Amino acid sequence: MEMPQPNAEILSKKAKVAAALRAVLPYDAVIDDPSETRAYECDALTAYRCPPMIAVLPATTQEVSDVLKICHREGVPVVPRGSGTSLAGGALPTADCVILGVAKMNKVLETDYDNRLIRVQSGRTNLSVSGAVEEEDFFYAPDPSSQLACAIAGNIAMNSGGAHCLKYGVTTNNLMGVTLVMMDGEIIEVGGGYLDAPGLDILGVICGSEGQLGVVTEATLRILPKPEGARPVMIAFDSNEVAGACVADIIKAGVLPVAIEFMDRPIIEICENFAKAGYPDCEALLIVEVEGSEAEIQDQLDRISRIAKKHNPVELRQSQSAAESAAIWLGRKSAFGAVGQVADYMCLDGTIPVSALPEVLRRIKELSDQYGLRVGNVFHAGDGNMHPLIMFNANKEGDLELCESMGADVLRLCVEVGGCLTGEHGVGIEKRDLMETQYSAEDLEIQMAVKDVFDPGWLLNPSKVFPLSVSQSRRAS
Amino acid sequence: MSDMLYPADEAALSDMLREAAGPLRIMGGGTRPIGRIAPAQALSTRRMQGITLYEPGAMTLVAKTGTSIEEIEAVLAAEKQRLAFEPMDHRAILGTSGQPTLGGVIAANVSGPRRIQVGAARDFALGVTFVDGTGQVLSNGGRVMKNVTGYDLVKLMSGSWGTLGVLTEVALKVLPVSETQTTLKVHVTTWADAVASMSAALGTPFDVSGAATVQAKNGGFDSLIRIEGFETSVQYRASELTQCLAKFGAVDAVVDPWAEVKDLTAWADLDTVWRISVRPTDSLSVLELMQNLQQDRGFHCQLDWGGGLIWLGLEAAQMSDVQAGLALHQTLQRHVAQLRGHATLMTSGLLRDQDLCHFQPPERAIERVSQSLRKTFDPRGILNPERMS
Ligand SMILES: Cc1cc2nc3c(=O)[nH]c(=O)nc-3n(C[C@H](O)[C@H](O)[C@H](O)COP(=O)(O)OP(=O)(O)OC[C@H]3O[C@@H](n4cnc5c(N)ncnc54)[C@H](O)[C@@H]3O)c2cc1C
Repeated sequence: MEMPQPNAEILSKKAKVAAALRAVLPYDAVIDDPSETRAYECDALTAYRCPPMIAVLPATTQEVSDVLKICHREGVPVVPRGSGTSLAGGALPTADCVILGVAKMNKVLETDYDNRLIRVQSGRTNLSVSGAVEEEDFFYAPDPSSQLACAIAGNIAMNSGGAHCLKYGVTTNNLMGVTLVMMDGEIIEVGGGYLDAPGLDILGVICGSEGQLGVVTEATLRILPKPEGARPVMIAFDSNEVAGACVADIIKAGVLPVAIEFMDRPIIEICENFAKAGYPDCEALLIVEVEGSEAEIQDQLDRISRIAKKHNPVELRQSQSAAESAAIWLGRKSAFGAVGQVADYMCLDGTIPVSALPEVLRRIKELSDQYGLRVGNVFHAGDGNMHPLIMFNANKEGDLELCESMGADVLRLCVEVGGCLTGEHGVGIEKRDLMETQYSAEDLEIQMAVKDVFDPGWLLNPSKVFPLSVSQSRRAS
Repeated sequence: MSDMLYPADEAALSDMLREAAGPLRIMGGGTRPIGRIAPAQALSTRRMQGITLYEPGAMTLVAKTGTSIEEIEAVLAAEKQRLAFEPMDHRAILGTSGQPTLGGVIAANVSGPRRIQVGAARDFALGVTFVDGTGQVLSNGGRVMKNVTGYDLVKLMSGSWGTLGVLTEVALKVLPVSETQTTLKVHVTTWADAVASMSAALGTPFDVSGAATVQAKNGGFDSLIRIEGFETSVQYRASELTQCLAKFGAVDAVVDPWAEVKDLTAWADLDTVWRISVRPTDSLSVLELMQNLQQDRGFHCQLDWGGGLIWLGLEAAQMSDVQAGLALHQTLQRHVAQLRGHATLMTSGLLRDQDLCHFQPPERAIERVSQSLRKTFDPRGILNPERMS
């Protein structure tokens, strides 16, 4: 993955920029010692690392504005950062950038149960938003697996999803407003405590813009009353095709589970070895979770089981207790960690039409054979959001490149069958150079023109999302 | 003005936009003439028709934007699915005829009562193809449920009222029809209790899919709470909600009132209608203001979205003259601005020819960004100019 050459002129101004930043921030909120900036050298796409020139940790919206004014004036690129869990390299620095971390901004500003919303500073972690409303039995619905660590800021920038988004939607469907600081330091309020105001949906564009349009410092989020209970059923099949057909039948029958998770044989085996969750020996496993009162849960699980039985499952296990539910989820939830124990891996998240599932799984298997790299599939089947984990050996010369090359083929396949490159992790640097497989030159141009509106100098996270060759003239200006 | 332009496809539309010498008024079925309608050559999407893809198992439907909502709903109903955001039909309050189209619903981001549970039209739009003001055919999003590839211009196009481009095709997420529904009615005597009862219902885990309040025929207000799903589940939740709502008044199950709530069919004869969006509990402050302004002349009101969506209506006889009408409109928008909400004048016989802001004037910074976006998509300013002012 190529990154632009750092700008020597900017590097030469490091001391001046650091001094200007220290004039508006507390001393220890400006990090410029190379031994300390290293802490910000990568996000969760750890194959790529580059310490920033300077990192800053502002505590208020005003401080963010002050920082951006300085960087704007000095022409220094800024890479916003939440918790650094991006899997796409969204928060990867360049050597000549200022990393603007919002980790210190983690306050709850307002909880309003009558209107079912919460206002937080954007550095607050996803799980702790739910934590803040738990005592009133409310929760914040989007639940990325990284929710213990990832920040609302990153969730908004990536429009993150989670296991339960089949029912509750992803970040954009639960975001009501933001405070955004533009690159020139101007603070704007977009949206708020109301729904669907007329006027251009600027909030909708900010969500998912990967830190390229402005820095989000505060967010108004929709909160929901917690369901009375939830329980899964685990259904095992002897082929991926049958499991895929079963997913389609469940959806068509009008049962809308909160989650339908799919695991294929390699993942089932790795997870079973790791977590001893008691998964059966089979080709494909579905975990389908429903919510409601005890009686409602039972009713829905019975409906799902009846549909599944028509597909001759190898095994079908309805959870009857919290302990059994935990066991069923254990393997799934430890999937990434379990794969990490046996190999280095790259996790893709291309999304496909659910109807293309069997074909795509078959062709991923073919690619796996062709490249000689193992692949496991674990994903949100209800919405077609694949998660192929391609396993490789980082210490073996050329293996990372081989893996990336196979990854690109898998993503091209997703686009070919009518899907997209990324369903929830974002483009970052990882899928940047594949954007032209999904979008025409004009489609990319109009997106870049939207960035021009917010950040005419292309200083915010400039070398992400768009292929470098395509964004070259704008970044140089 | 010359005759309506009817492009048959994207290529024809692209030519028309490229060659347009002056402003165009973009429409689907023409059922939602909301906002400022400047004199312009009319262009309708009605001939770009048809459902291009429907996969019930994937809950996706793709259609040309001139396709009528009626046709889409019929095709979905045959597979026991629906447009879950239940788009409002504006024909009753606006006195229009013609067929509401998919393009109009998305361009105006039109949703109905279920919006509070499942999201708005924009949340169900998965992908769009449109032609911008220079005649370029552009696409964004796709037809899959989750997509974060590049910027989300699907959201930007939804609710842009044809000012950024002419939508030609939209991919939608659809959902199963519920097996059954029940609506509970709580009769209350104050707006405050109405809002409190809706908040209480929406604060339960019983998956309320509609929370509206209408003025009761014999005085007072009926707060309406809808639950949908499988029979046994609906029964259970109805009984739990009945208990939870009992403290506000007598609770009864009523015949499905939602078509009337959604389309305001009872308001066809009103002269002036506003649509106001605020934090649900702030609706009380808007109602108090109206009460003070209207005194004995009275006014019509319906709350939806738990109070977050306020419909205000006036009969011709409830307004004195144009000056007073204008003053009322401005007072409402100013008050709503303080609540950080939005008030839109949907229709008014009395104020028809007045120079006023139909939509809430945005804050300066937002206006600047919006103008700049419009210039980017439509540099010549030919698409529905001034529509959103
Ligand atoms: C083990 C693991 C599991 C994961 N599971 C999921 C999952 O289930 N679903 C999912 O969607 N993702 C998942 N992710 C990916 C990742 O957690 C999400 O993308 C998350 O939202 C990133 O949040 P963050 O705070 O760590 O952001 P960062 O990694 O710090 O940044 C992500 C992007 O946000 C931008 N950004 C950060 N702060 C701001 C700001 N204040 N204003 C503007 N832009 C900003 C950055 O520039 C960058 O482009 C997973 C990651 C890991 C490591």
